[in-house]
Amino acid sequence: MALTSTGVGAPVRETFESPGARAWRRLKKRRTAMVALVLLVLLALLAIFAPFIATHDPTQQSWRAVRQAPSLAHWFGSDEVGRDIFSRVVYGTRASLSAGVISVAIAIVAGVPLGLLAGYVGGWTDALISRVTDAMLACPFLILAIALAAFLGPSLQNAMIAIGITATPVFVRLTRGQVLSIKTEDYVEAARAVGNTKIRIALRHILPNVMPQLLVQGTLTIATAIIAEASLSFLGLGQQPPAPSWGSMLNVAQRFLSNAPWMAIFPGIAIFITVLSFNLFGDGLRDALDPKAK
Amino acid sequence: MFTLITRRLIQLIPTIFFVSVLIFLLQQLLPGDPALVMAGEEKDPEVIEQIRKRYRLDQPLPIQYLAWIGGVFQGDLGESMRLSEPVSTLVAQKLPVTIQLAVMAMIFTLGIGIPAGIISAVKKDTAWDYVVNVVALWGISTPNFWLGIMLIFLFSVQLGWLPASGYVSPFEDFWASMAATIMPAFVLGNSFAGVIMRHTRAAMLQVMESDYVRTARAKGLDERTVILKHGLRNALTPVITLGALEFGTLLSGAVLTEQIFSIPGFGKLIVDAVFNRDYAVVQGVVLVTATTYIVLNLLADIGYILANPRLRT
Amino acid sequence: MTTLRRTLTWTASAFLLAASLTGAAAQQSVLRIGLAEDPDVLDPTRGRTYVGRIVFASICDKLFDIDDKLNIVPQLALSHETSADGLTVTIKLRPGVKFHDGEAMDAEAVRFSLDRHMNMQGSFRRPELSAIDKVEVVDPLTVRLVLKQPFSPLLSQLTDRAGMMVSPKAARELGERFGSTPVCAGPYRFVERVQQDRIVVERFADYWNKDQVTIGRIEYRPIADATVRLANLRSGQLDLIERALATDIPQIRTNAQLRMAVGVDLGYQGVTLNLAKSDAGRQSFGRDPRIIQAFSLAIDRQALNQVVFNGSAMPGNQWINPQNPYYQSRFPVPQRDVARARQLMQAAGVTGPLAIDFMVPNNPEVRQIAEVLQAMTAEAGFDLKIRVTEFATSLQEAEQGRYQAYMLNWSGRTDPDGNLFSFHGCRQPLNYSGYCNPAADALLNEARTKTDPAARKAIYEKLTEILLAEGGIVYLYHRPVVIVHSARLEGFQALPDGLVRVVGLKFRGN
Repeated sequence: MALTSTGVGAPVRETFESPGARAWRRLKKRRTAMVALVLLVLLALLAIFAPFIATHDPTQQSWRAVRQAPSLAHWFGSDEVGRDIFSRVVYGTRASLSAGVISVAIAIVAGVPLGLLAGYVGGWTDALISRVTDAMLACPFLILAIALAAFLGPSLQNAMIAIGITATPVFVRLTRGQVLSIKTEDYVEAARAVGNTKIRIALRHILPNVMPQLLVQGTLTIATAIIAEASLSFLGLGQQPPAPSWGSMLNVAQRFLSNAPWMAIFPGIAIFITVLSFNLFGDGLRDALDPKAK
Repeated sequence: MFTLITRRLIQLIPTIFFVSVLIFLLQQLLPGDPALVMAGEEKDPEVIEQIRKRYRLDQPLPIQYLAWIGGVFQGDLGESMRLSEPVSTLVAQKLPVTIQLAVMAMIFTLGIGIPAGIISAVKKDTAWDYVVNVVALWGISTPNFWLGIMLIFLFSVQLGWLPASGYVSPFEDFWASMAATIMPAFVLGNSFAGVIMRHTRAAMLQVMESDYVRTARAKGLDERTVILKHGLRNALTPVITLGALEFGTLLSGAVLTEQIFSIPGFGKLIVDAVFNRDYAVVQGVVLVTATTYIVLNLLADIGYILANPRLRT
Repeated sequence: MTTLRRTLTWTASAFLLAASLTGAAAQQSVLRIGLAEDPDVLDPTRGRTYVGRIVFASICDKLFDIDDKLNIVPQLALSHETSADGLTVTIKLRPGVKFHDGEAMDAEAVRFSLDRHMNMQGSFRRPELSAIDKVEVVDPLTVRLVLKQPFSPLLSQLTDRAGMMVSPKAARELGERFGSTPVCAGPYRFVERVQQDRIVVERFADYWNKDQVTIGRIEYRPIADATVRLANLRSGQLDLIERALATDIPQIRTNAQLRMAVGVDLGYQGVTLNLAKSDAGRQSFGRDPRIIQAFSLAIDRQALNQVVFNGSAMPGNQWINPQNPYYQSRFPVPQRDVARARQLMQAAGVTGPLAIDFMVPNNPEVRQIAEVLQAMTAEAGFDLKIRVTEFATSLQEAEQGRYQAYMLNWSGRTDPDGNLFSFHGCRQPLNYSGYCNPAADALLNEARTKTDPAARKAIYEKLTEILLAEGGIVYLYHRPVVIVHSARLEGFQALPDGLVRVVGLKFRGN
């Protein structure tokens, strides 16, 4: 039972307007999604042009200026070894965005083929894949991620892999559910009757119809993945020092909460804005891609 | 319908089996020698050998797995290496705490999520919709641990209104218990409100387009009655079943929240156990949480099937 | 009518009962102590953690204790006498001492407890008492320890868990489960434990020193986060916390509701260097002792102290802190000297930055230190590659020599031997560096046989010279042990081991 998604059911049907153009028209109507999109573009630019925006070297320590309150010299204050928090937040964008996007990419690359396989082949293959998927979904997400990250060894890269693997079952289930609902549609039956191979049908006819759902789920999962990366870094299993990541900054900040609260406030706000943007954009996308809506 | 439910029940068995294998294997993959961790500063080769023997760490994996799963069937979840206590005792101690936290969190989840979903659907694409959206997504968009830290900073350190951490049983002192658990419950509940909001919104949008709501409107009933009586009642069924599902997620989602607030529940038990390589505890607790989740999931599915006449085939 | 009257009577008596209970509660005070971690098993024979020792301090008395100058003073014992050849130690016991179950704490019980420490499966006390050949009961209040060879640290072992006496009756009955309901002879008896939540103990009416014990109950509550622990103390949820953060000291000082005791850790924080544990070591620090010296000279211990501890730690260069009677003042804490460090590196034939795999346990404070060290040593030609490793993994990596430098902290023992022997002795369990020098080994063993402190110190002087030049640990500093308590609590005495002695504590106005 695919309960992961609501709304989108039937495949997108061709009208005189291309589906992409229609979705874009609808997306533009939803203001929160557009604001979120602008913010996401800005964040991406921040990550790309970090060296030009940061006011300091994010790893440069200054032992005479530790835990200084926000000032003109340090806009967001300085951290426990005197590094500039603003610059670290700016550079941290790279870790968080790439953690979100790459881990979801891993989950999609692993999950979609498995979902196609399960849904299309059925039988024992389906049973095996589905039960393992259920089993993974039943285990606490963070515990799986912690265990995997600990196994692979603490690093940003491994945290991404761990989150990606942990997020895979969601995509398996989603794809499988979609395949099952599309499989019996007329045009798929027709393609089969004409003698197309299974792989060809899966790739040419089924996959495109799963795409809108994947796009929505992917965007929302990026949001979850960024939080997960922050959580792993918070436990010390993500980005390694001295490179900055928002989660690891929070990990350190916790010890100085009462005498240097800015160390916790700014990275937290950065996470909030980023993740909220992905959530709002994903929700807007879901509305825009919903074939049933006007 | 009956066959459908039976099939789901049968599927339960392999799923739980895979859970047990999965957590067992994952554990074994973890680097680090549990005996070394246990000995810590008191490292003595001979004692370390004794520990390995006692906890069967010197035996091949399949034997270890069979010994463990055999115990599970007899109701024995093994023994914590670190605490020398049976895992079942630990589970019995922690489960009520986590359930209390999850129930309280659920109240927040539904209390924020459902109204937000209704408003967002009814006032679609207005300023109301946007504001409510951001509010409901707030929880899902902040890491639990950060929100927890901030609340502690504000309400405990600065204002001194609430205890910063710890746990009091409601049977011991009800109000103290509420004071101790309200912040973690809010943090935890808040993080799921967004999910419930989405479901409520989608369901409401669907219902509001349906024929009987149109009929109700045509009858000239005022909008409030239409929304609350006709719309909501029908939209709520899937939301409630999803709520049950989220309850399962809440049980396991408490991991970091409990850590921050030092709530002695499942989450804290399991994180500490992972870092201490206390295998039996990790295995036992994950097995219990996963089984709970699977059973709740099944109940939600059955509820969903019952609520959806179309699926009764 | 009858029912109503009965109900009324019931209600009235319930009220009376409630009133009398609250009255009793007002007199019987509860001391709530915030711990940094959840203790492990509460069996003195099998306990392994520092935090466990804090709880033992209230439930299990020991044969001896230490005073604020680290002198050994009697507790359950009255006196001791070591024979001239150092091979027998005769201990006179305090008369009339009872265990919590009413059993007598006599010579037979002492023999039982020591035998249990030495022989029980899974005992972690075995190495501490390995010098003892046998324990003899001389009379009901006298025991004689017969040693295999003279062993000067023995008495100080008996000031810790190895000196804790357990009730033979309870230990026999409970066996391995003893730790879930320990029965000792301390000022408080064990009541209950909820894992990760609390440990409750109550005043033991038959305690040998009961006049000094006024607080009725103690609750130990583990709260891992130091900030939260302090917040709980400030809001009155706790009365005493251990291991407060050094960076919080200034704000604790300005709070009139709080009192603070700052001591110096018996242990140390240091960097363990892989010298010969594996090829990774032989190719780096093991190549030439001058690289070790350069590493040490590149570190500005004062600056490190300022940055990480607001200046409240004690910089150090030996395995004991500079206040310890065994500290060798001939070898003071070195000043940072980058130029000299560079010269030493050159002399050792290191050209270009020396890349070092620096394993750092996953803990925010330790990571902060590692980052500062990284920046400091870079100036002398080291390129520390920080590899944050979970503590559990790091132990195994160290054991197998998969590291070049390892940030490892030692909680410390009262006798200097406990900070030294197992770390530098050839193939000893805690010797992660792989260091082995027969000359140093001979000195380590010789020091163990000298019962005269001056003679021991003289041997340690020679040892210090060797170890500072080529040993596998670069010592950095000794942590401040910060214990904070409410101003209502009186009689707290800070001792060097940082454990909380509960005898003599009382609430103001009680």
